[in-house]
Amino acid sequence: MGINPEGPPMGGAEAAQLDADELAETKGSRLDKLRGRWRALPRWQQWLVLSIVALVVFFLPVINPPIITTEPGTDFPLACFDMARFALVALGLNVVVGQAGLLDLGYIGFFAVGSYVAALWTSSDSTYVHIPFLWTLPLAMVVTVFFGVLLGIPTLRLRGDYLAIVTLGFGEIIRLLASIVPALRGNVGFQNVGAPPGTHDGKQIFDNSHGTPWYMMTVAIIIVVMLLLGNLERSRVGRAWVAIREDEDAAETMGVPTFKFKLWAFGTGAAIGGLSGAIFAGQVGFVNNQKFDVATSMLFLAAVVLGGSGNKFGAVIGGAIVSYIPNRFIEIANYKYLIFGVVLIVLMIFRPQGLLPARNHLLAAIGRIRQWTGTASGQPEAAAATDAGRITLRKEEDQ
Amino acid sequence: MALLELNSISVHYGRIQALHEMSIHVDEGEIVSLIGANGAGKTTTMRAIAGLLGLSAGSIQFDGGDVSKTKAHLRVIRGMSLAPEGRGIFPAMTVLENLDMGAFARKDKSSMDADFARVFDLFPRLKERSKQAGGTLSGGEQQMLAIGRALMAHPKLLLLDEPSMGLAPQFIRQIFRIVKEVNEQGTTVLLVEQNANQALKLAHRAYVLETGHITREGSGAEVAADPAVRAAYLGA
Repeated sequence: MGINPEGPPMGGAEAAQLDADELAETKGSRLDKLRGRWRALPRWQQWLVLSIVALVVFFLPVINPPIITTEPGTDFPLACFDMARFALVALGLNVVVGQAGLLDLGYIGFFAVGSYVAALWTSSDSTYVHIPFLWTLPLAMVVTVFFGVLLGIPTLRLRGDYLAIVTLGFGEIIRLLASIVPALRGNVGFQNVGAPPGTHDGKQIFDNSHGTPWYMMTVAIIIVVMLLLGNLERSRVGRAWVAIREDEDAAETMGVPTFKFKLWAFGTGAAIGGLSGAIFAGQVGFVNNQKFDVATSMLFLAAVVLGGSGNKFGAVIGGAIVSYIPNRFIEIANYKYLIFGVVLIVLMIFRPQGLLPARNHLLAAIGRIRQWTGTASGQPEAAAATDAGRITLRKEEDQ
Repeated sequence: MALLELNSISVHYGRIQALHEMSIHVDEGEIVSLIGANGAGKTTTMRAIAGLLGLSAGSIQFDGGDVSKTKAHLRVIRGMSLAPEGRGIFPAMTVLENLDMGAFARKDKSSMDADFARVFDLFPRLKERSKQAGGTLSGGEQQMLAIGRALMAHPKLLLLDEPSMGLAPQFIRQIFRIVKEVNEQGTTVLLVEQNANQALKLAHRAYVLETGHITREGSGAEVAADPAVRAAYLGA
């Protein structure tokens, strides 16, 4: 499967649906119109556009385009890596918040665990067995999944506000443990965290001061993660997540083991958070207890909400934006929380579904759906509602 | 033989007791109505049967086994399906996706096409609206969807929680007609209703629930003829 936001090849019925969508979207915003036009393109053209976009994105730090560049304020390749790191984090948090609808305010905790795993098994300051850096990536994922399940088993029985509060506590607990547990070296931290192997002209390729190789590696990982998540979303698991997000009790009475699938979402999200934490530790080369505060958790959440909760492309874009703005406009970097706060408020008023809204593609049923929609008449005004603000939908439920 | 049996169950919300040692049974093939005023415990009863609320005393027998401690999603697999109060459909999913979710628990998906056909046969309106988001349907259509979705699970017992709530009279008549039809096709129905008039006409047997106690039971006609019931629920 590709990077196509709208899923698999479309058959006659789905194409009919798209026409209906387009009709409806002419009433929508410019962004929605763009989506409609995009979907109307033949598939090979979509692939062509995506390939070019992918190439440009992949070589972004090398191209270093004027105006877009963050220099002289911030080294552009490093800024690019930071964008990619945020995008990966947002991608993971989107599984938890966007797909399954579980408000996790302590996601930084998983990121921290991933960072410490990389540090403990590669840093020269660590007394543990040393392993190659690339091995710490899967290891970090395994360890964070363990922490995710550990946190999830008691807390996922809670709902809404309570879950948010407990996860907020979890993030803080991890940060405090890093300060208190002697083996984690508190403020002193770990120097010389490992990096992937390889030299070029006698110099290390994955060097702390060179963002480009780290950026390219992270982008490649993001693409792989997106493909895997795409498959998961289209599976039974993805359908269960959407049902839980929409109405947990109803999902349970449809025979969805909600606890199990929430744990799945938590574990998947945790693994991606841990992965990004380990990559971050490798790039910076130094890990201590100062980088894992609650405010960063909020920034991660802002990235997901900004991009469009429940849409993985939105999450990636949201993550990149949240990282890019303070690096590009360095004068306002100190006010970034204020600015993102205001931006989110404005967004909630004018576009509550985020930049790229979620769509529910429960494609396991597509064959059967095709059979029935072949005869059904188009319902333009209604089709639009599928992605137009599920928040308002809930209110309209009763006549 | 009783398909569903509640043996003096009690349910508490914190320290407040909502159901007091309540016993009812539903035989295979029946339509049983449970009528009562607001706050009598009707929805609590349904949620306890479906497994969304735990019992503080008593037991629930279903299809020859004790399900008192069985999780809600496993009760679905055993053959009970709830169309919840206030519809409880998935608002952002289309009608088809909602119906598809109804069959989530089923291992055997071979008869899915026939099931879609059956639901669309019962509710032609849903077929017209099949691609529409559930949240954009009218109240009556949402109720149809909730019932259709519950039927997709192939339940032995269909639990209907206030299907007439907030609906226009012509929709209410239609819903009750369809409940009857579903029952005639072999599904046992437990119906909880405030609309006592319609519910008693439809039911083989009925119970009256008052503040967590069963106060009367009998055939639908018997209960409807009871002067106290007539005064309290039928406005006569």
